[in-house]
Amino acid sequence: MASHVLACLNLWSWLVLLVTLQCPFAAAYLDLPNNNATSAYEPGSHDATGSVQDERLHVFKVDYDSVQIPYEVTLWILLASLAKIGFHLYHRLPNLMPESCLLIAVGVLVGAIIFGTDHKSPPAMTTNIYFLYLLTPIILEEGYFMPTRPFFENFFSILWWSVLGSLVNAFGIGLSLYGICQIKVFGLTDVTLLQNLLFGSMISAVDPAAALAVLEEASANEQLYMMIFGESLLNDGITVVLYDIFIAFTQMHRYEDIEAVDVLAGFARFFVVGLGGVLFGVVFGMVSAFMTRFTQNISAIEPLLVFMFSYLSYLAAETLYISGILAMTACAVTMKKYVEENVSQNSYTTIKYFMKMLSSVSETLIFVFLGVSTVGKNHEWNWAFVSFTLLFCLIWRVLSVFALFSISNKFRTYPFTVKDQLIIAYSGLRGASSFSLAFLLPISLFPRKKMFITATIVIIYFTVFIQGITIGPLVKYLDVKKTNKKESINEEIHVRLMDHLKTGVEDVCGHWSHYQLRYKFKKFDNKCLKKILTREKEPKSSIVSLYKKMEIKQAIEMAESGMISSTAIPHCANYNNGLSPEEVESMRNMLAHNLYQVRQRTLSYNRHNLTTEASERQAKEILIRHQHSLKQTMRKGNSLPLGRMVPVPQAAAAHVAKPEKYLDVCTFICMEGDFPQNSGNGEERVNSRSATRRFLKQGLGEGGAPPLGFHLEASPGYPGVGESSSAPCLSIFSYRGGLTLQAVPNSFAVSSLMLTAGSARLGGGRSRTG
Amino acid sequence: MGSFHSRSEEVQELADKTGFTSDQIEHLHRRFKQLSGDQPTICRENFDNIPDLELNPIRSKIIRAFFDKRNLRQAPGGLADEINFEDFLTIMSYFRPIEMDMDEEQLDRFRKEKLKFLFHMYDSDHDGKITLQEYRKVVEELLSGNPHLEKESARSIADGAMMEAASICVGQMEPDQVYEGITFEDFLKIWQGIDIETKMHVRFLNMETIPHCH
Repeated sequence: MASHVLACLNLWSWLVLLVTLQCPFAAAYLDLPNNNATSAYEPGSHDATGSVQDERLHVFKVDYDSVQIPYEVTLWILLASLAKIGFHLYHRLPNLMPESCLLIAVGVLVGAIIFGTDHKSPPAMTTNIYFLYLLTPIILEEGYFMPTRPFFENFFSILWWSVLGSLVNAFGIGLSLYGICQIKVFGLTDVTLLQNLLFGSMISAVDPAAALAVLEEASANEQLYMMIFGESLLNDGITVVLYDIFIAFTQMHRYEDIEAVDVLAGFARFFVVGLGGVLFGVVFGMVSAFMTRFTQNISAIEPLLVFMFSYLSYLAAETLYISGILAMTACAVTMKKYVEENVSQNSYTTIKYFMKMLSSVSETLIFVFLGVSTVGKNHEWNWAFVSFTLLFCLIWRVLSVFALFSISNKFRTYPFTVKDQLIIAYSGLRGASSFSLAFLLPISLFPRKKMFITATIVIIYFTVFIQGITIGPLVKYLDVKKTNKKESINEEIHVRLMDHLKTGVEDVCGHWSHYQLRYKFKKFDNKCLKKILTREKEPKSSIVSLYKKMEIKQAIEMAESGMISSTAIPHCANYNNGLSPEEVESMRNMLAHNLYQVRQRTLSYNRHNLTTEASERQAKEILIRHQHSLKQTMRKGNSLPLGRMVPVPQAAAAHVAKPEKYLDVCTFICMEGDFPQNSGNGEERVNSRSATRRFLKQGLGEGGAPPLGFHLEASPGYPGVGESSSAPCLSIFSYRGGLTLQAVPNSFAVSSLMLTAGSARLGGGRSRTG
Repeated sequence: MGSFHSRSEEVQELADKTGFTSDQIEHLHRRFKQLSGDQPTICRENFDNIPDLELNPIRSKIIRAFFDKRNLRQAPGGLADEINFEDFLTIMSYFRPIEMDMDEEQLDRFRKEKLKFLFHMYDSDHDGKITLQEYRKVVEELLSGNPHLEKESARSIADGAMMEAASICVGQMEPDQVYEGITFEDFLKIWQGIDIETKMHVRFLNMETIPHCH
């Protein structure tokens, strides 16, 4: 209850802040001299009008004009950010409605203020600004964060659905509306076929970010998610291409001039533009990946390379009238894989966050423009047009989904059920792209532009608010098949085995499928591409990296607990007899308590937020669990089995462990932060080395001898290791008759750290046999 | 198959037994003939003729699976020396995709069969359990594609996996409990969350290119 009150208080406080922010905003608008809505603002020209002719030196002067545009834009962005903060503070809101609703509401508010203060149309969004600056971050972010494997597995379905779906929708809506326009009663007869088709293509651009968020929340199955995601990705590109083609047609002025040749040329152009864009993007992606290979020493420019190359691919494609959107998407997808391997951890994080930030800003601005345009005189309301547009959008969406999927289901081994199709149909939310395209229609060619804008705005409002809010309950109601992703080492191994098995059987029965294609691509990739595009480093298997991650977690875990008990057995003797049954029992108990399973799900797509890294969450959870179990054992009065130590041979005898000291040292290591992550590169070596050096320096043991089993083996080509030394091997664990595990000199760095902490809790099987 | 005198009858019989359609059986028969060099049976050496299979890390296991009597439903253990077309089809039937008209019970049976096939791949000594040694071998083979990875790494991974399996299957273990190995029931438990039906299938009619065998 108290927290609820607190949340409300927070809500009120930010509301107050919001209102106060509006004041300078409104004031700014009052001051503003009349500004031409379409031309770019020239700062210099207003000097004379604003200032007073005066000979005295002014102590206090106001010059708002020169900073007006950046000031307002920044204010808008801040406002939207405040709104988002408030939105997330009140816990129930994000579950009720998507964030786009909020942004539109903010926009409407701003628009209302502008409208209320001086009855002037807002500073307009021009074609250039939109296509060059606002659209690009959104596209880049979509391409970069796309989960590649599911995408390519469903590639043909996605391609089929998005290309044909957009085409069917565009033409369907356009033609139906043309039919309606022919009816004289509605007063729409001056809207030509081309204009209708253009409108159809504009309005069929979907923006299912809200739908995706809902699906992710409901952990719907991967295929469904991928279809909607893939559609949104390709849909933007296709719609813009169609838009361009139709505008070009419209510019040919007379309807009768358009012959069959032109229509065919239109088709051909569609393909050239699409495929050309992809090719361009791939080339640019490769080049940038290649360049990141050499940036070890100036890692600060790595994010710059990534962004600039993607942007360049967009611009270069646009110069040649090829689809810049598809180019940028292809560039991001190609680049991501190699760049992630090459760049340093910090650059990687920077790239991710910066991308999210930019795209968030763009989207905010567009929605604010949308809201601002709603309140104003830009409208022409025509009941028939608007309502029929809405109707046709819904009808054609449903039709296209069911028609296209019934065909593609025949070729899929995992067909989409009616429920899935219903969800896909319902997730056709329109958003920023439709609005922008409508806003940017050249008024000379489209005398009824205002009507189009009105209709688009109504559709967007309807889909975002009504469909966006109800899609959550709908998904729950339909009880879409869930994905149950829980990744453990076992699962990784089994899935890998299955992949190979499947390929093998396909080879045996002489089968060439897209699965083989992936296999071949992977081989080609490993042989040629990776050698050229990535730094000198050994390829890692995903099983191993997953395993390593788990080990690290468990090492942290063990270090945290500060438990020390170790056993040792002379070298390489494999087995059971070395340990007394109590040791085995205690180890087993500890293992059973603390084995932690790595959980991982498909990448969740949320434009507005970066999901917390899975590893951070796990580390936190391990820490929490640990502290919890420690507290429990303390409470129960069980002492940690420090006493039970099997005599340790040789140099290590100096070490009868000092738990507190180790705890300090080990927590120090844990806070080192940069534990080797998935991208093994030179830096992680440095980190673990410096960590261990510090560790060593901390005076382990009186004799200065390295503690038992402490060694970091430089195993060739395995990342994240340090110096090697020899030490007796450790038998940590054994199951009678089944498993036996021991530790030997050639071990992983992290496990050695763990061993040094001395705990015998294995958690995850550190075993090496010599 | 030697002489197809009442060909359609035999095809029908096979179709009923294994669940393939007659088109699929025709295709597979052609492939069988290619592999066996027109002989009525295939032996292990015939699999060496498939060039793409060379690159597969678990090649030996796959070939073994074809001759495993448990998969052929002939005996609880042991390996056959050669298989005929019917056996070939039996093995292939494990990879059929699921059909929409299957009911719950059929689906469940189907799933169990596929999982049993996988289980047999791990359990090479036919004792009904996957012991640590066997698991280790599998992981080693899987990771054998990467020349830089040492054997110990593979082994430790297998050990870790085993322990994880132990915790899933048996949960908290009593002090004197011993975990012998993964039994089939435990295996089923591990696979509970994973959709094997959608992963373990091969599209049998979609044979666009049939590579040459020598």
